[in-house]
Amino acid sequence: MRPENYQSFHQPPSHEYELFFGPNHPGIEGNYALRVQLHGDEVLRARADGGYLHRGFEKLMEGRLWIQNIALVPRICVPDPVPMEVCYSLAIEQLGGLEVPERAQWIRVMQLELSRIAAHLFTFGGHAATTGMYTPMFWGIADRDLILDLFEELSGGRVYHIYNIPGGVRRDLPEGYLDRVRKTLEYIESRLPDYDNLMFQNQIFVRRATGTGTMTQQQALEWGVTGPNLRATGLEFDVRRDDPYLVYDQLEFDIPVEEAGDAWARALVRRSELKESLRILRQVVDRLPSIGGPIRAPIPNPLAWNLPAGDVYTRVESSKGELAYYVVSNGGDKPYRVHVRGPSAMHAVQVLENLVTGGRVEDVAQIMFSLDACPPEVDR
Amino acid sequence: MSDIDYKDRGSILKPLKSLSFFGRSPVTEKIEPRAASANYRGFHVNDWTKCVGCSTCQKVCDNAAITMVRIPGLEADPIKGIRDERPAIDYGRCCWCGLCVDICPTGSLALSREYVHTCTEDQLSSYFVLPDPNGMHGVAYDKGWAKTADADLIDLERQDMHELPAEQRIGNFSEMVLGYDDQQALLEASRCVQCGMCHDACPTHMHAPQYIRAIWEGKMEEAVRWIYETNPFAHICGRVCTRRCEDACSIGHRGEPIAIRWLKRYAMDAVPHERVKQIALANKVDTPTGKRIAVIGGGPAGLTAAFDLAKLGHGVTVFEAQDQPGGMTRYGIPEYRLPYDRIDRDIDVIRSAGVDIRCNVRIGQDTPLDTLRAEYDAVLLAIGLQEGRQTRIPNSQNDKVFRAVDLLAKITANEPFEVPHCAVVIGGGNVAMDIARSLARLQKQQYGHVNVVITALEEQQHFLADPDEIKEALEEGIVIRDQCGPQGCEIDASGKLIGLKTWKVISIFDENKRFAPRYDEAGETIHVCDTVIEAIGQSAETSLLGSELTESLAWDRGRLKVDEDGRTSEPWLWTAGDCVNGPDVVHAVADGHRCAASIHAVLTNSEQT
Repeated sequence: MRPENYQSFHQPPSHEYELFFGPNHPGIEGNYALRVQLHGDEVLRARADGGYLHRGFEKLMEGRLWIQNIALVPRICVPDPVPMEVCYSLAIEQLGGLEVPERAQWIRVMQLELSRIAAHLFTFGGHAATTGMYTPMFWGIADRDLILDLFEELSGGRVYHIYNIPGGVRRDLPEGYLDRVRKTLEYIESRLPDYDNLMFQNQIFVRRATGTGTMTQQQALEWGVTGPNLRATGLEFDVRRDDPYLVYDQLEFDIPVEEAGDAWARALVRRSELKESLRILRQVVDRLPSIGGPIRAPIPNPLAWNLPAGDVYTRVESSKGELAYYVVSNGGDKPYRVHVRGPSAMHAVQVLENLVTGGRVEDVAQIMFSLDACPPEVDR
Repeated sequence: MSDIDYKDRGSILKPLKSLSFFGRSPVTEKIEPRAASANYRGFHVNDWTKCVGCSTCQKVCDNAAITMVRIPGLEADPIKGIRDERPAIDYGRCCWCGLCVDICPTGSLALSREYVHTCTEDQLSSYFVLPDPNGMHGVAYDKGWAKTADADLIDLERQDMHELPAEQRIGNFSEMVLGYDDQQALLEASRCVQCGMCHDACPTHMHAPQYIRAIWEGKMEEAVRWIYETNPFAHICGRVCTRRCEDACSIGHRGEPIAIRWLKRYAMDAVPHERVKQIALANKVDTPTGKRIAVIGGGPAGLTAAFDLAKLGHGVTVFEAQDQPGGMTRYGIPEYRLPYDRIDRDIDVIRSAGVDIRCNVRIGQDTPLDTLRAEYDAVLLAIGLQEGRQTRIPNSQNDKVFRAVDLLAKITANEPFEVPHCAVVIGGGNVAMDIARSLARLQKQQYGHVNVVITALEEQQHFLADPDEIKEALEEGIVIRDQCGPQGCEIDASGKLIGLKTWKVISIFDENKRFAPRYDEAGETIHVCDTVIEAIGQSAETSLLGSELTESLAWDRGRLKVDEDGRTSEPWLWTAGDCVNGPDVVHAVADGHRCAASIHAVLTNSEQT
């Protein structure tokens, strides 16, 4: 028999109930979970519950040679692996004082933008699916596949390219590659009106997204929001322009900004970025043939390569936001410490928790996809 | 703001627009299996004829997916640097990053365009696959991700060694190779992939991977410790070793092998001599065993054995016929290749181990061999090859026909002799190069010009001499005339040597690979000269054994017959070095170790008769 004054410590009020949102749920990106306290449809509290994808990347990197880690880093963000490779390589190059040949820098920019398009197409599909529209998802994935074909041709791998290496890139462009890139760009551009028609001029989507998961610019800055999510709150900040790396300072592009800070604004920023990426890629494809030279700086034997002691912080603009690597070397042939600043680590934890609170349960999935959170970045 | 007009609701007929999609090809469609892209990273293929089993792929594999598997029946030749091991891939671990392909020193490994892993169990029952040229499922696919020149992770180019230019080195005997500086040594050491082929190929199995790694880590004393594990002739081998290691080096399959010899030299020069002594003698046994061993001959074989035995606590006495110990390293190798102070350093380390070296004692003449047998528990014969072989061509008994080893010894000992104005050397080996280049220096010093001709049976690219030696000899103004078979020395009426007659060589060996040179008489040449030097090999001078012992010992084609430990048929007598196992310093060192181990084993087991 229970004593009279017994009360379970976590006993919620009888009108509240807890919903396990994920880790196996179609409305969640990857293996990630939210524990949502509900009152009816209303979300009272939410608690991010990650860790399902934890593979210990940062720790694993400490046990591997500098160059071996290039096979590991793309796994930290599956839909958008190139920024991972490039950012890690930039860190190693900075530590080791390597000068990346110009051709390699242009090839890197080309990959980065292709990867951004692929990632945004993927996210459109996800975002649309959370509002009940599955066609953009099929379209997005099918069109993304064309970019994966390009990656396959370039790097020999569709998803994990492992193509960037400290010092440059691993292979030169195949014969006639840029023509095929151009063709794919044309095709994707021709598809944009279809996406607009189906998604961005579709009142079902517009109304569902507008006003959902709104954050102010002030909140965004406090929560560490970066990338399209930050630009959707009206702040024009992009690492590509404000802290240029590679050859971004030689390229012309605009930074799309929206003011509303809601799911709709975030989707619109991504949609506008697609166009800017296509614009950048056109410039790269035009410029690349005129840039000769080696594709990689000479690097020492990977089995006997010590980097000078020191630490570096390099950042790039990934499709999710500001991605950064903090790499510490103690002068050895392996990293002493690698910290990955995955943008989703902020978006999928404190931002997501705050944005879904007070909303409705049917918007939880949409908010997560509108933030374009990538769980492996949280669980790196 | 976005340019999308999302507030435009359009006309009521807008949904009909979707009908247009009936006329378009679907976005999602069934895709037939297709060929992978041209540099696809699929399953591995490995060209077993090119693969040498160096295991570099295993070292770079970030998932430890590669295991080296011994394949019985495959060729394994440590001298060529080939192991009978091939990489096997665990596809449960492989991540297809292709680093193994990019680093493969021989370029045998590639990834194919095969990407379908699904198969029935009778096709493949395991994820653990040994790639061969036939592909994983026995269906040969094209190569996908293969090695390209701009993606190679192996550094194929060696650090250039600073050398004195020909015009600076020709007039003197100062050392021509200047050695690596710190940065060069570090870069050269960093090229090593630690495959250990050099260790297997080296006659004395030097721990080259370990000391190269130590040099790369900047731990020179550690490098010296590794060097002295197997070779007390460290300075000498760092300069004049014939370097079987570099022939076996896996980097050498496509590029220039690691300069293992120069790295050894660098490490030895980097550590102060007194510290080298401490390191070399760190494992010397403190308690004497009371056994006494006599070593005849103070060359590499004898001194190596003496060093080993002294470290084990035995009392060792070395009897050397010449003024100073060192054997052929001192009296055969010219000073410009091996300065005498480096020999002195190596010998000082050996002396400080407690070895008693007595010079100017010729066993057989000054002391009978029987005395040694009576006074010592064991005797090691390490007399080397001191006698120059003779061509026995007509008129070669002339007093202006010399043996190269005799002249080289005279140059070392500073004995005066008349430097020829015009010399012809017979022979295409390293000794021929040594004498020719030494004479060229003396000529330059005394007469101001170089006039030396080297004649040899072989074509120049097949000379036995080190290609570097040939190149340097040519730089110094020495003339090489290849494919010349000596037929006789020309003398004038007064008996004065005026030249050497040679015929052009058609072939050197007969169909049974026996030495039987054939000549073309039409290609007769008279090489005008005042001196002829024969450098066609050396033989052992074994008269010190005495007739009785010579009779009772077992012989094998002119050499003493020894068992695998270097012991002769007499239980108290061992023999090592050039006189049984040719032909260079490092083989002699290896032989010395072997004999020392055998002598130690026998003496400590009290088997001595």
